[in-house]
Amino acid sequence: MTKSKLTRRGLIRTGAVTAGGLAMPTIFTSQVWGQTDTGFTNAPTGDTVTLGFNVPQSGPYADEGADELRAFELAVEHLNGEGDGGMLSTFSSKTLEGNGILGKKVAYVSGDTQTKSDAARASAKSMIEKDGAIMISGGSSSGVAVAVQGLCQEAGIIFMSGLTHSNDTTGKDRKANGFRHFFNAYMSAAALAPVLSQLYGNDRKVYSLTADYTWGWTQQESIQAATEELGWETITDVRTPLAATDFSSYMTPVLNSGADVLILNHYGGNMVNSLTNAVQFGLRDKQVNGKNFEIVVPLYSELMAKGAGKNITGIVGSQNWDWKLENEKGDRYAGTNAFVQSFGTKYGFPPSQAAQTCYAQTLLYADAVNRAKSFNPCAVVEALEDFEFDGLGNGPTLYRAADHQCFKDVVVVRGKENPENEFDLVEIVEVTPAEQVTYDPEHPMFAGGDLGECNPGA
Amino acid sequence: MDAILLQILNGLDKGSAYALIALGLTLIFGTLGVVNFAHGALFMLGAFCAVTISKLFNLSHKASEPSGVDFLGNPKYEDVLYVEDWFGERLGGWMLDWSVPLSILFAIPIMIGIGYVMERGLIKHFYKRPHADQILVTFGLAIVLQEVIKYFYGANPIPTPAPEMFRGSFDFGAALGFDANTIIYPYWRMVYFVFSLVIIGGVFAFLRFTTFGMVVRAGMADRETVGLLGIDIDRRFTIMFGIAAAVAGLAGVMYTPINSPNYHMGMDFLVLSFVVVVVGGMGSLPGAVLAGFLLGVLESFASMNQIKSLLPGIDQIIIYLVAIAILLTRPRGLMGRKGVMEE
Repeated sequence: MTKSKLTRRGLIRTGAVTAGGLAMPTIFTSQVWGQTDTGFTNAPTGDTVTLGFNVPQSGPYADEGADELRAFELAVEHLNGEGDGGMLSTFSSKTLEGNGILGKKVAYVSGDTQTKSDAARASAKSMIEKDGAIMISGGSSSGVAVAVQGLCQEAGIIFMSGLTHSNDTTGKDRKANGFRHFFNAYMSAAALAPVLSQLYGNDRKVYSLTADYTWGWTQQESIQAATEELGWETITDVRTPLAATDFSSYMTPVLNSGADVLILNHYGGNMVNSLTNAVQFGLRDKQVNGKNFEIVVPLYSELMAKGAGKNITGIVGSQNWDWKLENEKGDRYAGTNAFVQSFGTKYGFPPSQAAQTCYAQTLLYADAVNRAKSFNPCAVVEALEDFEFDGLGNGPTLYRAADHQCFKDVVVVRGKENPENEFDLVEIVEVTPAEQVTYDPEHPMFAGGDLGECNPGA
Repeated sequence: MDAILLQILNGLDKGSAYALIALGLTLIFGTLGVVNFAHGALFMLGAFCAVTISKLFNLSHKASEPSGVDFLGNPKYEDVLYVEDWFGERLGGWMLDWSVPLSILFAIPIMIGIGYVMERGLIKHFYKRPHADQILVTFGLAIVLQEVIKYFYGANPIPTPAPEMFRGSFDFGAALGFDANTIIYPYWRMVYFVFSLVIIGGVFAFLRFTTFGMVVRAGMADRETVGLLGIDIDRRFTIMFGIAAAVAGLAGVMYTPINSPNYHMGMDFLVLSFVVVVVGGMGSLPGAVLAGFLLGVLESFASMNQIKSLLPGIDQIIIYLVAIAILLTRPRGLMGRKGVMEE
């Protein structure tokens, strides 16, 4: 009869060695994200994964937020294999098969940013902590995007921003966990400059009105640099309060300033009101310095065009995307028609650029997870960095690793003279190729930022 | 000189809106003693009366034959307007073009009705309550009203243009002997200024020259004594609430071509209008009108580049600075009466 020598201490030692041995492959291959499914915030454990859509559901951008939410719902439907699949079939990456993300059914929660940084952070925090959201997306303001991006970085969550156009989002406030599909103020200016030169010549005097907050400042700086490079002279730039509703007292000095171009660095309600006031004061009908007086709105949106009504006619601006792109500019913009068909059939009208960017961001996140074979944020960051893709409506696109900014063609548009229907508000004047709007990551307008390390959280 | 004239003109139309809203506010305060924070919402509701009329005039049915394809490639049927079906193309087109001025006819009874219901249904229950309670309940009501409007009309501004003949601008410079194109002023803003003078004059005349107005003024001076004479002063004050609502509503209707209305426009004006009332003197009708125009003009001057380069941001705070200065030197406001809000 043999006597067992198993002691409590021996058992613990044996157990530790065995556990170490079992863990060995994972430890040595920790960069193979596919084999880790824990060790990060909100690692999905069941058969569903929850995404958090943080959009303005109240406040001045609620309509834009509603359109973003429609796009998110559509993206979730398509990821789960429902509906017609939208851009899944045109997307160059083929990992999305309508079976969710990594085989998990996609669920979502939504929050209201109210277009206020503190409210947006609170709703994002709630979605992360209470609802277990593993990714946050959406928004219609750069202030909100920067605030929520910072929160996601701290929490170890991926942030796929919605409509944010300030250079700062992927400039001085860039974060490793944050990614921007939307274009930015620099790109708007770079895309507009050659078109402005072609339309209005190289000898112009500019008066600009700028919304007094982060986006307005970067937009003004960008367009001033681009137009001065053309030979245009900036006479003055006037900062206007974000809360201003009547811009008449800012318009009257324009009349006698000697300027022959007015640039409105305004967005949303600000832009609708300032453009309306400018037209009321007869600026469009003026002749100055022997030239027709012109108005330029660097950042356009369909909802703004709708709000401004006939005043938008002939006004030049830029967009991230337009629903007519594939019909007018060909197959390079494949995906546009698939998305418009899908969205239009479900909701009865064409999608806005905010909707397109949110839809694309959701698909890009899901695809990155599938390619990385992990929900770990650091794996997703690795999969998205320097990812080149096509078929999401914007033509060939690069998610640059250095600053997490997408580089793609920029659409230059003009308010249409005789719209054929209520959705046909702008005409595409030009599509500026991505190469012409690409800049160095350390360009002075973007300098001072640091992505830092990706944060997986828990 | 031309810049100064322009800013005075600008200030007058801005002041017109302040004066009209503040007039209604101080009328309600002077009669019912209620601090009505929902007054800005009444301005907004007036604007949405114009939006609603414009939408009603634009109601249409589909043509029987397709005339092309829609954005999805399906057959497209043109919209045919009912007003053109019923009244012919010429009269129907005129109604569409003049929808904002025509809205006045609808807005008056609607706004009086809204004011009546608001006073009888909610505000009368707060007469004996502290001013803080009144502010809370009326501010809450304002938020409810704007959310209701947002639910039905969305958050985006809705363009509501002036009639074609008022869409241009007038060259004051040429008329006054300055260079052409130096002092340009939109026709509709001139219409708005004249309209506000007519409304303000109408309210003053109503209070001054009618028996009803005389009783109301007596009630404002000494409500109890008028009541003891057997006059139902409460009923008259309720009607005055309706009239004040109509004044705010009309200010909103005519404002729609100046800035596309949205659900939040009442709040944008509310705080400024309260400052106007306080500067003018609580309960003082002439004070509200005077302060409205004064602060409108001052706000315009503060937006001039020359002023802003000396004092950055002054355009955002000028009204409050003036309010502080006036309240320090004249605690009852410019034309305030003794005893009002001093108990």
